[in-house]
Amino acid sequence: MIKIKKLHKSYPVGKDFLHVLKGIDLHIKEGEFVSIMGSSGSGKSTLLNIVGLLDIHDEGSYYLNGQKIESLDEKKAAILRNKFLGFVFQSFNLISYKTALENVALPLYYKGIGRKERQEIALNYLDKVGLKDWAKHLPNELSGGQKQRVAIARALVANPKVVLADEPTGALDSTTTDSVMELLKDINDEGMTVFVITHEQEVADQTDRIVTLKDGVIISDEITEKGKKTKHYV
Amino acid sequence: MFDLDRWREIFESIKNNKLRTILSGFTIAFAILLFTLLFGIGNGLKNTFEREFAKDSMLSIYIRTGKTTKPYKGLQSGRKIQLKNDDYKFLIDEFDDKMQSISPRIRKNLTAIYKGEQNNYELRAVYPSYQILESAEVESGRFINMLDIKKKAKVIAIGRLVEKDLFGQLSALGKEINLGGMSYKVIGIFSDPGGDNDERYIYTPFTTIQRLYGNTDEVETFGITYNPKLSVDEALEFGDQIEKKLKEKHNVSPKDQRAIRINNYADGNKQVSIMMFVLNIIILFIGIGTLIAGIIGISNIMVYIVKERTKELGIRKALGATPKSIIGMILMESIFITALSGYMGLLIGSGVLKALGDSLEKYFILNPSVDSGVIIGATIVLIIAGTIAGYLPAKRAARIKPIVALRDE
Repeated sequence: MIKIKKLHKSYPVGKDFLHVLKGIDLHIKEGEFVSIMGSSGSGKSTLLNIVGLLDIHDEGSYYLNGQKIESLDEKKAAILRNKFLGFVFQSFNLISYKTALENVALPLYYKGIGRKERQEIALNYLDKVGLKDWAKHLPNELSGGQKQRVAIARALVANPKVVLADEPTGALDSTTTDSVMELLKDINDEGMTVFVITHEQEVADQTDRIVTLKDGVIISDEITEKGKKTKHYV
Repeated sequence: MFDLDRWREIFESIKNNKLRTILSGFTIAFAILLFTLLFGIGNGLKNTFEREFAKDSMLSIYIRTGKTTKPYKGLQSGRKIQLKNDDYKFLIDEFDDKMQSISPRIRKNLTAIYKGEQNNYELRAVYPSYQILESAEVESGRFINMLDIKKKAKVIAIGRLVEKDLFGQLSALGKEINLGGMSYKVIGIFSDPGGDNDERYIYTPFTTIQRLYGNTDEVETFGITYNPKLSVDEALEFGDQIEKKLKEKHNVSPKDQRAIRINNYADGNKQVSIMMFVLNIIILFIGIGTLIAGIIGISNIMVYIVKERTKELGIRKALGATPKSIIGMILMESIFITALSGYMGLLIGSGVLKALGDSLEKYFILNPSVDSGVIIGATIVLIIAGTIAGYLPAKRAARIKPIVALRDE
């Protein structure tokens, strides 16, 4: 699903360049539940941004769903994001003046799906994350855990190939963290590829595979206890 | 092009961001309102000005004569120069293409009597075309015509106030008035924008008076209106030419100031049109100034709006919005608000002008109003300005990488 070879990325800092990713090789198959671990500054967010087509890599190659990603203009990137990727952010990033339902329906709007159908599908997904009754509420009327569930529903609604979650539990307490991770697990069980970035070991332990980054290189790539029981690694 | 879904998205955004909407809408509405009011009041001033200076035809030249003050070609000074009927033909032969109308005139101050009512009036013996010189308008009946001239008919057209003086509320039309001992039939009543004085004149065929008073061919004055196509400078030149030709014809020294006198209204006309021009420029300045203020206002607000929405736009991009759809959304929203509030400002503005009406007449503001074309033009300018003002930040926002937009918290 995601195939990365010798990926490099650097950012200009003043006159110098900060070399963030120094040759990443990573292969994630369809249906995997992978977490990227690392302290801040290890390059994990940069990796996610590149995988999520929010940023462009400098060197190396990146295949998403078999399609080589190179020289993407904004429009193509937007279309690919809409088609293949669902995002879950640490800070939820819901649009504050839209209701939960409208937020969930937004990716479908950009997919060009009609309003009625959009709302039907969105309501379905809200039901899936247990928030059907909150459909008409604005984000500021929801708790942190609820907001993240809405965000997850939004990530799923356009039926993507990969869900990318950037510190999805970073702003949540431990109880809600568990319920959100539970939800991501369920999604994965249904066959969705889930790609989580975190710096919390407990969160990473709930995934099937942990890739650890340090200073822009992968220092370990392990299958967790839970992961060993799944079909991918047997 | 009409995309119901997109409009629905825009209306939701407008509806859910009232402060933003009101802010930008108010700026536009206020700019157009000010523009309408200032422009309207400016036009009101102009109207007053035009009315004050446009009483008689602005295009007229009068020719009078007197006694010579200089000897010329063996002729002594002190000789009386008399215009005659042949000067009429002479002027037409010489200057036909430069004249719109020409009429000879003789004036007599006479007592008019009708059934015991009597008063003194100025009787003016003229040709029909004299009506153009006075800008007189026939209220009932008719003005004197060429047939009257030919028949030397004893008919008169009287001013509105003559009728009021002598007939009270009754109609003078068809009645006989005794003027200086002779009876004339009233064929018409006229009004005159020149005011009370001009509405106390009585007009009669020129030939009638020539016949009744001494059966002469003498003319006191010629009144000419020149071709409106002539520029002010050409009109002044035309007056000089008339003077030169008539002096030649009557053997008057070119340096003689008294014998033949030309009173050319183009002279004053020139000053009036300069003042009108200045007034127009001032009005234009006010209009452009208001518009620029409005443009700056809407530009600032658009920059603010896009800044405020950066994060939202980043989210939309992450969810699959193309740069084009981002720009389109911001622009359509801005154009919609600009057009709607511009229209409201226009309605309020012209409503206020209408309500003011002539109540400001004592401040020299008459019938303040603005061409709807001008206002629509101004609104279009603001819409275009709003579009450009929105386009630049929208384009920048569409270019911002979603990660940058989403980074801060």
